[in-house]
Amino acid sequence: MGHKKKEMAAVISQKEIAPGIYDMWIGTTLAAQAKPGQFIAVYPKGESTLLPRPISICEADRENDRLRIVYRIAGKGTKEFSGYGAGDEIAVMGTLGNGFPLEEAEGKRAFLIGGGIGIPPILQLAKEMPGEAQIIAGYRDSRLFLKEDLERCGVFYAATEDGSAGTKGNVMDVIRERGLSADIIYACGPMPMLRAVKRYAKEAGVKAYLSLEERMACGVGACLGCVCKTTKKDAHSHVNNTRICTDGPVFEASEVDID
Amino acid sequence: MKNKVNTEVTIAGVTLKNPVMTASGTFGSGMEYGEFVDLNRLGAVVTKGVASVPWQGNPTPRVAEVYGGMLNAIGLQNPGISVFMERDLPFLAQYDTKVIVNVCGKTIEDYLEVVEKLGDTGADLLEINVSCPNVKEGAIAFGQNADCLYDITSQIKKKAKQPIIMKLSPNVTDITEMARAAEAAGSDAISLINTITGMKIDIHRRAFALANKTGGMSGPAIKPIAVRMVYQCANAVNIPIIGMGGIATGEDAVEFLMAGATAVSVGAMNFVNPYATQEVIDGIEAYMQRYGIKDIHEIIGCVK
Repeated sequence: MGHKKKEMAAVISQKEIAPGIYDMWIGTTLAAQAKPGQFIAVYPKGESTLLPRPISICEADRENDRLRIVYRIAGKGTKEFSGYGAGDEIAVMGTLGNGFPLEEAEGKRAFLIGGGIGIPPILQLAKEMPGEAQIIAGYRDSRLFLKEDLERCGVFYAATEDGSAGTKGNVMDVIRERGLSADIIYACGPMPMLRAVKRYAKEAGVKAYLSLEERMACGVGACLGCVCKTTKKDAHSHVNNTRICTDGPVFEASEVDID
Repeated sequence: MKNKVNTEVTIAGVTLKNPVMTASGTFGSGMEYGEFVDLNRLGAVVTKGVASVPWQGNPTPRVAEVYGGMLNAIGLQNPGISVFMERDLPFLAQYDTKVIVNVCGKTIEDYLEVVEKLGDTGADLLEINVSCPNVKEGAIAFGQNADCLYDITSQIKKKAKQPIIMKLSPNVTDITEMARAAEAAGSDAISLINTITGMKIDIHRRAFALANKTGGMSGPAIKPIAVRMVYQCANAVNIPIIGMGGIATGEDAVEFLMAGATAVSVGAMNFVNPYATQEVIDGIEAYMQRYGIKDIHEIIGCVK
């Protein structure tokens, strides 16, 4: 396990893979310690946009010190990132967060569920999955970004809001329509999706690991900006709050009060 | 060839190896930043505010970015004094740095309880938070009225075994009135500024960016306000001032020192640059070498 550090990364390549969604490879020594489900803090260069942007790790090429991040333009910072190309440099800090517990899937059939911009971290997870990966990805429309990459790592199912590809509806509709089942669930996506996954997991009696997000400042557990309510008293905070950046972003569903 | 410069400063009898400390709430109790900076290099670590019992804090979102800074409304989430004394103080005791514990409360009794419990610990100084804009009771209410400030300061001073630093709010008409009240009530030093109350609206969601609606603004954008207030207070009182507000570099720190601060704190910039405290220390030394300043006291309050 490496330790956290901030350094300059080299942009290797970048392209837009769906409207407003960008796919960037960067050269950074952080790759060596990257785990699926972890994230990095990416710093805008602008003097007015100071805080780092937390972006999930989509793929880690540890041998060649390269990380892939796939992100959506959400504001000024990510807009700035989208303008970078090969040869540019970008400040990053990481690796941050706990990551998905892979060992839990050993010999099991797993759902790997991603919704929208929660799909990218599912890729590295799927690549390292020790069990059987059933990947369910929820998209807005038929721009199924990362589909080819995900198909190489397991059985891939898509849902689209407009029904233009895969199952019409959301990720839960895929499970229902196809009668799928699993022994363990990993999920990353918007809060309504995570709530539905949590409910489903409880009913099905399987463990679910959810990757959460929240507005962050420090990214390292000091500022207490990005907390999530917990069902039990948190060991660090001694209140019913846990730090998403440090104690998460991945939590076992029954630990967090997201309902 | 670099000559060693003397950066030692003394606040209420406590000597710091350099004037650089951390602003309360931006550095935890140092654990999280120990991976980035050598805590032994810091003049002091100022801890996150601690209360008599654990505080849950505010709902999220608790932070929002604004132009050149940020808003926060954490709401002083803290594990309470018992856990703090068992976990955080022993952690900090391992390091060769001074420990300043920030104390918060909803009532005067809350503050007194924490201050008394800290009496026999290794805490070197106590910073009293009467200026947090993000909690409904206590905190800023004590810091926005000179009579209230005088009252709480004198009551704490009676119970405190360590010297006390009253942390002042900029959200007042005349900060020098508060500085004078703190001094008259026996405060050993003052620190300023706490955050400036602000608001941000997310026009796409037609909602406040923060769940608390308002938050405290910090970061480089507030620095000129902070420098002005430090200067005003330095001319109004004779107790030492710890200056803060948007310090990012050694040059920023020097500005505060020249305005009359004996020491400085690095706050929001820790979030932007986890090495900020160390770089500020290096930057002050580099400034001193560049201008042939042997002792930091040569520049403290040098601009009149």
